[in-house]
Amino acid sequence: MSDVEARVKGVVVEQLGVDESEVTNAASFVDDLGADSLDTVELVMALEEEFGTEIPDEEAEKITTVQLAIDYVNNNQG
Amino acid sequence: MINLEGKVTLVTGASRGIGKAIAESLGKAGATVIGTATSESGANSISAYFKEAGINGVGKVLNVTDTDSIDGLIKDINSEFGAVTILVNNAGITRDNLMLRMKEDEWNDIISTNLTSVYRLSKACLKGMMKAKQGRIISISSVVGATGNAGQANYAAAKAGVVGFTKSLAQEIGSRGITVNVVAPGFIDTDMTRELSDDQRNALLTNIPLGKLGQSEDIANAVLFLSSDMGAYISGETLHVNGGMYMS
Repeated sequence: MSDVEARVKGVVVEQLGVDESEVTNAASFVDDLGADSLDTVELVMALEEEFGTEIPDEEAEKITTVQLAIDYVNNNQG
Repeated sequence: MINLEGKVTLVTGASRGIGKAIAESLGKAGATVIGTATSESGANSISAYFKEAGINGVGKVLNVTDTDSIDGLIKDINSEFGAVTILVNNAGITRDNLMLRMKEDEWNDIISTNLTSVYRLSKACLKGMMKAKQGRIISISSVVGATGNAGQANYAAAKAGVVGFTKSLAQEIGSRGITVNVVAPGFIDTDMTRELSDDQRNALLTNIPLGKLGQSEDIANAVLFLSSDMGAYISGETLHVNGGMYMS
């Protein structure tokens, strides 16, 4: 597991209060991990903090699964 | 009895009147208070009265109609004091006029300063409150938001808007331990009501069961209550403080 992947999953586990084993790459925050709309906004805030970046709202809306979050971070790190 | 030690509070429009009384009462309860004014001299006067009253806090310049000004202030507060967990949206103005004469500027100024400012400031403070998993947002509306008032269509619209905003936000973020409420003053003895003529004032008094104008401290007490643990289970509510002139 890459460093980014591990950190993203760590944030998801902490923010959504789910078990690590549930946080697969394909997991959808809403459909699989039980997040509501406010949870997803908070999750993006937590990712911003973890990676010291700002995620624009229109990008944030597209981050709906663990893999998409990992991809976003990988594609937007300086 | 009420102890707000360690809480960082932001009170807009704190240089005089109701805002000043609110800032003082939160400060005396132990909170760190950032009070805002539109001018440097206003901000300095806030810092001065905080110092005199032994209140921990500072006056800052803020234009509540300017998002950049708000973002800058919140950034400063975060680094200087920590996240704001009690926000009091108090800043407001009047531009009274009969509808047939009301200019679009008079409408827009009121909506921006009295209503959109509540959206701007609440949004700016929300991140910190959500992280802290606690927060109080208290906005000062007005009895005329509930009753209407001839010559104040703009003001009443903005003040009623604050109530709808508050109920919605209270539903949205209640699960995060943040309460959102309104305090709606009746006629309070401030510079704003001192502009009334004697006839207007006397007519008003006949409609107030308690037979007198309210004092700024009466509003500050309501805000202090809602800010404290005593108000923890109240959310989305409008607390009318008006001597009985309007009973919701």
